Amino acid sequence: MTMFQDANRKQISNRRKTDLVLHLLFIVATSIGIVALMALLISIMMDGLSRLNWDLFTNYPSRLASKAGMKSAVVGSIYMVLIMAPISFILGVGAAIYLEEYAKKNAITRFIQLNISTLAGVPSIVYGILGLTIFVRGMALERSLLSGSLTMTLLVLPIIIVSAQEAIRAVPRARRDASFALGATKWQTVARSVLPSSISGILTGVILALSRAIGETAPLVMIGALTFVAFLPESIMDQFTVMPIQIFNWVSRPQVAFHELAAAGIIVLLAMLILMNISAIILRNKYQKNV
Amino acid sequence: MQVNVSKPETKMSFTNKQMNVADKVVPILLFLCAAVSILTTIGIVYTLFSETISFFKSVPIFDFIFGGKWSPLIEPKSFGIWPLLSGTFLITLIAILVAVPIGLASAIYLSEYAPERVRKIVKPVLEVLAGVPTIVYGYFALTFVTPLLKSIFPDMSVFNALSAGLVVGIMIIPMVSSLSEDAMSAVPKSLRHGAYALGATRFEVALKIVVPAAFSGIVSSAVLAFSRAIGETMIVSVAAGSTPNLTLNPLESIQTMTAYIVQVSLGDTPHGSVEYGTIFAVGLTLFIITFLLNILALYVARRFREEY
Repeated sequence: MTMFQDANRKQISNRRKTDLVLHLLFIVATSIGIVALMALLISIMMDGLSRLNWDLFTNYPSRLASKAGMKSAVVGSIYMVLIMAPISFILGVGAAIYLEEYAKKNAITRFIQLNISTLAGVPSIVYGILGLTIFVRGMALERSLLSGSLTMTLLVLPIIIVSAQEAIRAVPRARRDASFALGATKWQTVARSVLPSSISGILTGVILALSRAIGETAPLVMIGALTFVAFLPESIMDQFTVMPIQIFNWVSRPQVAFHELAAAGIIVLLAMLILMNISAIILRNKYQKNV
Repeated sequence: MQVNVSKPETKMSFTNKQMNVADKVVPILLFLCAAVSILTTIGIVYTLFSETISFFKSVPIFDFIFGGKWSPLIEPKSFGIWPLLSGTFLITLIAILVAVPIGLASAIYLSEYAPERVRKIVKPVLEVLAGVPTIVYGYFALTFVTPLLKSIFPDMSVFNALSAGLVVGIMIIPMVSSLSEDAMSAVPKSLRHGAYALGATRFEVALKIVVPAAFSGIVSSAVLAFSRAIGETMIVSVAAGSTPNLTLNPLESIQTMTAYIVQVSLGDTPHGSVEYGTIFAVGLTLFIITFLLNILALYVARRFREEY
């Protein structure tokens, strides 16, 4: 009897030890991701802070690292987002409203939905190939700001549609019923009841999607955004560059001075992303209070 | 009297007519918005296939699929996709070896061990990793990870698969951890309580109850991460090099499919040339592989889901 109890007790203590060891192991594994993020941020700060000054925003790219700035890239990124925002908002929200409020539950709707989720998994560089063929060559828009913005719109559209769908779905059924009970038509209900109650959720998704577009490099390399732009685009048909492309160009050079510039550029890019994410979080909190 | 009654009626029917117009036109407009996504897919498939077919008119498809040498820009030209495929899979393999164990362990920690307070902070922090632009990771791989590795492997080349693969792995950790954690959190509390009541430790509950119950979600997250690693472009363009190299040595410089596409589009390759066609043939290969993986992830998540 005691032998059995001893064996039993030993087994239990072994199992507890395994649990403890693995608990520690899991904590270590979880902190690897966090440590990597810290290492990334700290190394970029250390490399780039010394080059972070106004010259970065007022100078054009240059062959001399000491004179180079990213004025055209910052402006290009902002212009691209300004062009993308209305187009992707209208197309994305329109598609989401259609799928949530109008579409019949049939094979075509299921196909569209499946199609959207597969599009979200297509590598971004494939969108670049699409943009190169359709916009740059097919529609002869050349390597313009418009080509770049349209390509990026297609890239972020699945993200916007899915998040807008979630926001619309979160509107309680009762609000629609109340509107119908007052004699409103479908469209009046959607435009005056459903959209106003979901708009902050929709905007959150749009801002996050646009912040994805700001950091995206590969598709714009494909459609031929330039790496050396010493002018500001004056119309949507002008050539352009964006921040990630400028950073890519600086990273690709062997000189350390250009790497420091790249790090400074990355700080600016990350600051912009953090700003957009904070505004998205503020909107989301407002939205959670409303519904 | 009768006139007075009918007057508002005609006015009513007039507004109804206006409403009817809006309610007839709007659904069509909205459907057109939704159709853009279908057109995008058609555009991608049509573009890739039509250009690839014309590429195969000048380069035999057999050479492309079975050739072991890729040098389309330098004479003597050869168009075997295998060096690019091996480069891509080498990167992906390293990335998966980093991301799946770490991601899965993080998911188990967050879902089974961590106090709610810790979970609420750590999960979003890990998700930040997925929001960092890939060019930033490229910089990190080249200027931080590579020098670090070089102190361990002194004869490693500056551009190498190991550094890029590790960083791609870090990038996709949150894909595995977040999606797996979601799947684990969806396992009903009653199952855990049953096991605890039988005297199981937390690790036993995690390993024998939660992981099996959430297995379809975990596998599907790993497959999605795999597909994401294959399509990753900037990290490998910056840090892995541009030498199509049929090797499995992670210390050598290689080239992935995506990095090749970037390399060609950075140069001024004339439109319509055979070199230009390679973009589409490689792009199509990339698209087919990632598409199949994404469908597989969807299928696994749906087909093998445990319903409670």
